[in-house]
Amino acid sequence: MTDIIIGVLASFGAIFVFLAAVGMIRMPDTYLRISVTTKAATLGIGLLLVAAAIFFGDLSITTKVLAIILFILLTAPVSAHLIGRASYFSGVKLWKNSVLDDLKGKYDKTSHKLRSEIEDPSKREPNQIEED
Amino acid sequence: MTLYDFLYYIILPILSISVILIAIRFLKGPSIVDRVIALDLIITTGIGLIATYSIITNQPTFLDIAMILALIAFLGTVAFSYYLEKRNK
Repeated sequence: MTDIIIGVLASFGAIFVFLAAVGMIRMPDTYLRISVTTKAATLGIGLLLVAAAIFFGDLSITTKVLAIILFILLTAPVSAHLIGRASYFSGVKLWKNSVLDDLKGKYDKTSHKLRSEIEDPSKREPNQIEED
Repeated sequence: MTLYDFLYYIILPILSISVILIAIRFLKGPSIVDRVIALDLIITTGIGLIATYSIITNQPTFLDIAMILALIAFLGTVAFSYYLEKRNK
């Protein structure tokens, strides 16, 4: 019975990792590749590690595995956000069929400052007010 | 079919093919950001390989190395993104 549970968990984990790898090849855009990486790989690795924890069935190993899973769950979004921010600054283009770029015209490329909608209007230039 | 055979002949080849596919993206990648993401995903897949291999060989000590690899992947991505942002200024 334990073998069947381990086999099912390892199968789903391997399938998710494989889907992430196919997404890395097939996705047309850097930002879409970032989203594939963080979502699919995190769940796949988590399932494989849970399979290892069930196989050994020891408290110390289970704690170690939970620590690894928690660390991956905490750090994957942070690193994805950092690398996406860096890629937006370095001028990586969006896919030609992407419909929405929320940050268009709001980033200062030289000083890396973000301008929001609810900013003090007196500091704005006149042509930007007309656009709004 | 025992669990050993299942892991050895099905799960490990799937993970290895995944590493090969990601390595193709690592070699092709149009921008340097693609290469950094591919490297991150290769290391993350390596954690899964280590977990599977520790089940096969019945050696739970390998999971320590998986933890170190998770640390290195995060630190490497953060360092690369920091360096890319500083370079573009």
